[in-house]
Amino acid sequence: MANLTKLDAFQLDVLREVGNIGAGHAATALSQLIQKNIDMRVPQVNIIPFDEIAEFVGGPEEVVVSVFLRVEGDCPGNMFFIIDLQSARNMLSELLGLEPKDEGEPLSEIEVSALREIGNILAGSYLSSLADFTKLAMQPSVPALAIDMAGALLSHGLTQLGQVGDYALTIDTLFFEGSKAVQGHFSLIPDPGSFEKLFTSLGVPFDGNY
Amino acid sequence: MEIIKIGMADLGVAKPPSRLRTTGLGSCVGVVLYDDRHKVAGMAHVMLPHSTLGKTTATSVGKYADTAIPALLEQMETAGAHLHHTVAKLAGGAQMFSFLSGSDTMRIGPRNVDACKEILAQKNIPIVAEDTGGSFGRTIELDAETGMLMIRTVNQGTKEV
Repeated sequence: MANLTKLDAFQLDVLREVGNIGAGHAATALSQLIQKNIDMRVPQVNIIPFDEIAEFVGGPEEVVVSVFLRVEGDCPGNMFFIIDLQSARNMLSELLGLEPKDEGEPLSEIEVSALREIGNILAGSYLSSLADFTKLAMQPSVPALAIDMAGALLSHGLTQLGQVGDYALTIDTLFFEGSKAVQGHFSLIPDPGSFEKLFTSLGVPFDGNY
Repeated sequence: MEIIKIGMADLGVAKPPSRLRTTGLGSCVGVVLYDDRHKVAGMAHVMLPHSTLGKTTATSVGKYADTAIPALLEQMETAGAHLHHTVAKLAGGAQMFSFLSGSDTMRIGPRNVDACKEILAQKNIPIVAEDTGGSFGRTIELDAETGMLMIRTVNQGTKEV
């Protein structure tokens, strides 16, 4: 069974490249959607205890907007598209021409629906570029959207990993619009059995006995 | 007053005036135990229902309901609690994302709650309060002085049970 803490530097580089390709395509899609330049950071591969899963978005109690897709196929896993509330509001005003609402006001049904569709398009382009690159089949589920504490949302993606170990591996990419009015994360959490498939498909040695 | 933080898949006990706290419960369940006679409080942040789900042996006991609750009861007794004075409260076990299809992994919240109830029943620990299910996250804090459990949510307000 894959022991995540024993992946070597080259394998981690490969996973970073996986994030780079996926998030690169997703960022391009986002840029076309909102007609703004989108930049992204070098993807981070984090191997962390479950308890630290929400640190990269500001801690477990930080309220975030998250679109979640379960990925099925050759390389199953969990995909999160996460943005903060203010970015969500700014993105909606860019996209729908709606007046940005006040901090406290809840999002309307149409706004939630639009965000879910944005998440769907972006996650879809992340996954399809990854599927092209690896020649692996990856089918995303229907997207689900929730606005809540980051810890509560992200822990949903740990069910599969929790059964084999005490660490999570996330491939996280931060993206932002030039003025930082819109920023967020693409985060892929592959299932434990998916690493071997990923590495094998890319010709990276993986002896499976980690 | 010290606030002792319980992480995911972790557990711990406290005595007054300390408080036990765990943040961002989603499908995870916060199991809280309290002996009001001896003022011993315990909390576990359970991720999964049964250790038989586990595919490896070496793992933290706090992760599964069936290993976390017995371990917590043991720590409570070591700290001076008597099990026949000990009661339980449960919070969490939500389904954070709603899907049309209801596969087993998507229902992990309700399964966690069921497993906790089953283990507590086996140990004869009565459940005196419960705030489980729904589709929202919870942060909980237990006062070891009073046994009051504060449950905070983003949209459903804060309550005490």
